[in-house]
Amino acid sequence: MLRRDLYVTWRELPAFLAQVILQPLFMLFVFGKVLGSLGLTKHHYAELLFPGLVALTAVLTAMQTLAFPLVAEFGWTKEIEDRLLAPMPISFVAAEKVLFALLRALVATLIMLPVGIVVLGSIPWRWSGVPLFVAGLVLGALVGAGFGLLMGTLVQPQRINLLFSLVFTPLLFTGCSQYPWPSLARLRWFQVVTAANPMTYVSESLRGALVPTVPHIRPWICLLVLVFAVCVLMAVGVRGFYRRAID
Amino acid sequence: MAGDLLPEGSAGLAVEVRDLVKRYPKSPVNAVDGVSFGVAAGEVFGLLGPNGAGKTTTVGMLTTRVRPTAGTASIGGVDVVRDPVQARRQLAVVPQRSNLDRSISIRDNLVFHAAYHGVPAREREQRADELLEQFGLLDRARDKPDFFSGGQSQRVMIARALTHAPRVLFLDEPTTGLDPAARLFVWDRLRELRESEVTIILTTHDMDEAALLADRVGIMDHGKLLALDTPQALMRSLEGEGTLELAADRPADGAVVDALAALGGVDRVERIQAAAENGAPPPLPESQPLRVRLYLTGDAALLVAPAAAVLAEHGLALQDVKLGTPTLEDVFIHLTGRTLR
Repeated sequence: MLRRDLYVTWRELPAFLAQVILQPLFMLFVFGKVLGSLGLTKHHYAELLFPGLVALTAVLTAMQTLAFPLVAEFGWTKEIEDRLLAPMPISFVAAEKVLFALLRALVATLIMLPVGIVVLGSIPWRWSGVPLFVAGLVLGALVGAGFGLLMGTLVQPQRINLLFSLVFTPLLFTGCSQYPWPSLARLRWFQVVTAANPMTYVSESLRGALVPTVPHIRPWICLLVLVFAVCVLMAVGVRGFYRRAID
Repeated sequence: MAGDLLPEGSAGLAVEVRDLVKRYPKSPVNAVDGVSFGVAAGEVFGLLGPNGAGKTTTVGMLTTRVRPTAGTASIGGVDVVRDPVQARRQLAVVPQRSNLDRSISIRDNLVFHAAYHGVPAREREQRADELLEQFGLLDRARDKPDFFSGGQSQRVMIARALTHAPRVLFLDEPTTGLDPAARLFVWDRLRELRESEVTIILTTHDMDEAALLADRVGIMDHGKLLALDTPQALMRSLEGEGTLELAADRPADGAVVDALAALGGVDRVERIQAAAENGAPPPLPESQPLRVRLYLTGDAALLVAPAAAVLAEHGLALQDVKLGTPTLEDVFIHLTGRTLR
């Protein structure tokens, strides 16, 4: 099954790349480059923005890879039926979807590194931060996949537009990708809101890995919260998947 | 009880269903209400009934996609609830609507299906090509399913189902919505499959299809299995040798029906009721122009003139006459008092 998904992705590579690169590319360009050049942001803003956008890409790519095809497959193309009738546990079909989303998210974030160098001139990078960077990335992608699984099995196909406005946008802007969380102390209520979004801990852990001089939530707290979030989202998501798969 | 439900001289059972019940959440009635039957290896078994009779739900339970509320079902001796993975190894499903993978060619549809079922790599390609040839699809092997008509999609799905050599093949309304030529092609392929060892369970609301393809037919309505036998035996179960269907120009009361029943050579008379339109209650028979079917013990042609005379005596004019031997539709009408459609 994974081979089928990789096969289809490979044949639609340009579309895949456009889908995963375009949004962070523009964000990097506008927030990192344009605003900086105009003197509207301080010089180091691009440095703290970059890890946040990597986090955003990991979470959103994984989420989109899962949610949209799943809504369509359960809703109208019914393509998933042939997989559900394969001689393997239903949970394997869900696991394959998650694994595939993880792979796509990791590829998308790896592409962000050279893109960042091209757009910004240089990116913050510490070799000693790589283990934390990878851990945050993988957990972030799994969080995204968990959200995707949840939405893909809960959302009715007619409501797919609502998914965008009611779920994607808030997740996108409350995930601390554009600002470090401790700096929100001046905006207390918003700090509380963002603390409820698991993506915040992805952004903060990547910042801890790449730009530790910027104040950030302690990495072990981030990783702990993320592991917990992954467990909860997966448990609920897989249950939703079963409900859709079997009457 | 189950003994009666098996074909005579059957050695092994490919499918066995006992007291199967399905009630969907929030539904006041059982969609499938205590169904039992057995299907012998190599048999073609038809489930005949109107839409909503419970056929598709029954098949859904047998194919592990619907969880039974009560009762047991097994495929090749494997319990579908206790071991769905093993059960799925033995079965294949051709759904009513296309669920082909639209991102890949039809040949890849077959090859990946075989891969999901663990067919070795070299065998997959070979099997796919053989089946595409058998179903007359070889020249379109590289096309994606988007460009396929309903009949072609149906052929691809049957071919796909056969790539992992299932013991039991389920077909849900295999020719509903197909044009006549496509339907004949699918029927021909299915008749070829009878020669092979695969057991076939098909659901249909088309009595011709059931009579033509099935070794035995189960008639379902309101979640219950009302009758189960060979098409010939079911039709023979209606006493008499022929039928005479009469339509008059106006509604009429029971006196006419009684008078017709009193004619020599008439065994029984049934009023024919129009099927309900999409959920509306069926119209009362007394309010519609009279339509009756006479079940005869003798030659139908000899009774046309006496029957017309009876109608005339009651002030009715004969509008339409149909002579016939009983069909599966007559069996259904006899069992339920309604037409199939």
